[in-house]
Amino acid sequence: MEDSWKRARKENALRVRAGMIRAIRRFFAKNDYLEVETPFRIPGPAPESHIDAIPSDDWFLHTSPELCMKRLLAAGYPQIFQLCKCFRRGERGSLHIPEFTLLEWYKSGTDYRKMMEECEELISHVARSLGHGRTLYYRGREIAIQAPWERISVKDAFRRYSSVSPAEALENNLFDEIMVREIEPRLAERKTPVFLYDYPVVLGALARTKGSNPDVAERFELYMGGLELANAFSELTDAGEQRGRFEKEEQNRRESGKPPYPMPEKFLSELATMPESSGIALGVDRLAMIFTDSATIDDVVTFTPEEL
Amino acid sequence: MDGDPYVIVDFEFSKPGKGQSLYRCKLKNMVNGNQFERTFRSGDTFEPANLREKQMQYLYEEDNQYCFMDTETYEQVYLTQDQLGDAKNYLSDNLNVDILFFGDEPLGITPPNFVELSVTKAEPWAKGDSVTGKTKPVEVETGYTLQVPPFIEEGEKIRIDTRTGEYLTRVKE
Repeated sequence: MEDSWKRARKENALRVRAGMIRAIRRFFAKNDYLEVETPFRIPGPAPESHIDAIPSDDWFLHTSPELCMKRLLAAGYPQIFQLCKCFRRGERGSLHIPEFTLLEWYKSGTDYRKMMEECEELISHVARSLGHGRTLYYRGREIAIQAPWERISVKDAFRRYSSVSPAEALENNLFDEIMVREIEPRLAERKTPVFLYDYPVVLGALARTKGSNPDVAERFELYMGGLELANAFSELTDAGEQRGRFEKEEQNRRESGKPPYPMPEKFLSELATMPESSGIALGVDRLAMIFTDSATIDDVVTFTPEEL
Repeated sequence: MDGDPYVIVDFEFSKPGKGQSLYRCKLKNMVNGNQFERTFRSGDTFEPANLREKQMQYLYEEDNQYCFMDTETYEQVYLTQDQLGDAKNYLSDNLNVDILFFGDEPLGITPPNFVELSVTKAEPWAKGDSVTGKTKPVEVETGYTLQVPPFIEEGEKIRIDTRTGEYLTRVKE
C-alpha cells in the first residue's frame, strides 16, 4: 500500500482524464466521425527533421498515426478520428513523455480555418461535460473558453514579442529558441486560448502552402495557458511536392547524423486521390493537465517511464 | 566550460511543435558559485571537468562550517551551508557522503541516494482520514520538513530520496 501511495494521489486526475476521453468520443460520434485504429508498428514515420521514432524489430513505433489516417482519407473515409498512444524517442520533460496519447482527426472538404472552429467546439464541449463554465483556471490564470479565440499569425507574434522576424530567426537557427523563451510565455498571458498560424513553409512539411503567400504553410498550433496543445494543417495533397519536402527533411536528418527513414511510397502514391482536407493532432495528456490544473505531465498519466 | 567546472542546477527540456529539442539549463560555476542560464541544443558537446570524488564522514557543524573527515587519513575538510545546498537536510551524524574536489578544493557533497531519518515532529493521525491522497508535514532529526502519508508518527524512521527530497517509505526496525 505504501508503494502505491503516490499513484493513489492521482485518483482525481485519472477520473478527470477518463471523463475527458468519454466527452471526446461523444463529440465525434455526434458529429459523424468514424473512430479508427491504425497500426502502431509501421515501416517508417513521415520523415521530419526533429521527430525521432523508436525502432521496433526492423520497423518503428509510429510517432503519430498521420500517414495511415491520410491513406484512409484517400480511400474515401471523409471524417475520421483516432485516440492512440504514440512514441517519440528522447522526449522527456515536464510537458513530454516518450509514450503519450494523441487525439488525431481529419475532415475532408475543409481547411485549417474551419479546423480552428472545430477545436473551439470540441474543447468547449469537453469543458461543459466536465462541469466547467465559460472560464478555466490553469496555473493561477483565467482562460475564457467562449469562442472565438484569439488568432495570431507567426509573423505578428514575432513582431510583437521578439526583436526579429521569423525569417531572420530561421536563418540564425533561433526560431525554436525564440518560440520557447520569448513567445510561448507571452501566449500564456492572453485571455483566451490562442491559435498561432501561418508558419514558414520549411516548418510545415505536410502542410499546404498558402495561396496568397507562398512563403508560409497553412499550419496552426493551438496554445492554452501557454501549453502547446495541438498542431494542424490544411493538408498538402500534391504528391510531387510532398516527396520533395520529405527528401529535404531526410537530408536534414542525414546531416545531423540521424537514422534514415524509408520513403513512405504507398502513402505518396495514394496521396494523389486524397481530397482537400484538414487534420489535427492534439496532445491528450496536456489537455488533461489543463483540466486538472497540473504542472507536469507526470501528474496525469498512470505511470511515468521512471516508475516502471 | 571556459576553464571552470560547472554544474547544472536546473534543467528544462523543451521542444516547440515539430522543432528541435532544447535544453534550458541553469548553470552554477562550481568554484565561485555564480549562476546563469543558457540554452543548449541536442548535439552540443563539452569537455568533462577534471573533478574527483572522495568518500568522507560527516562529523559536526559549528558556525556554519560543516566538518567532514576522511576515515583513513583523518584529514578534515570544511564546507559552508551554501556549498552543501539541500544536502544539509540529510546530514545525520557519521553519515558517509561523497565529497567533490576540484584540485584540493572541496566544492560540494553528494549524499547517498537514500537516507533514513527519524521523525521528530508529527501531528497525530486523525482516525477517519482516508489513506488515499492525503499528506501531512513532519519534521525529521535534521530539521528538514517534508510531506508524508498521514499514518507516519513521531519517533518512526522514514526513508527519503535525497535526489527529490521526497518521502519513500516507512522503515520498520
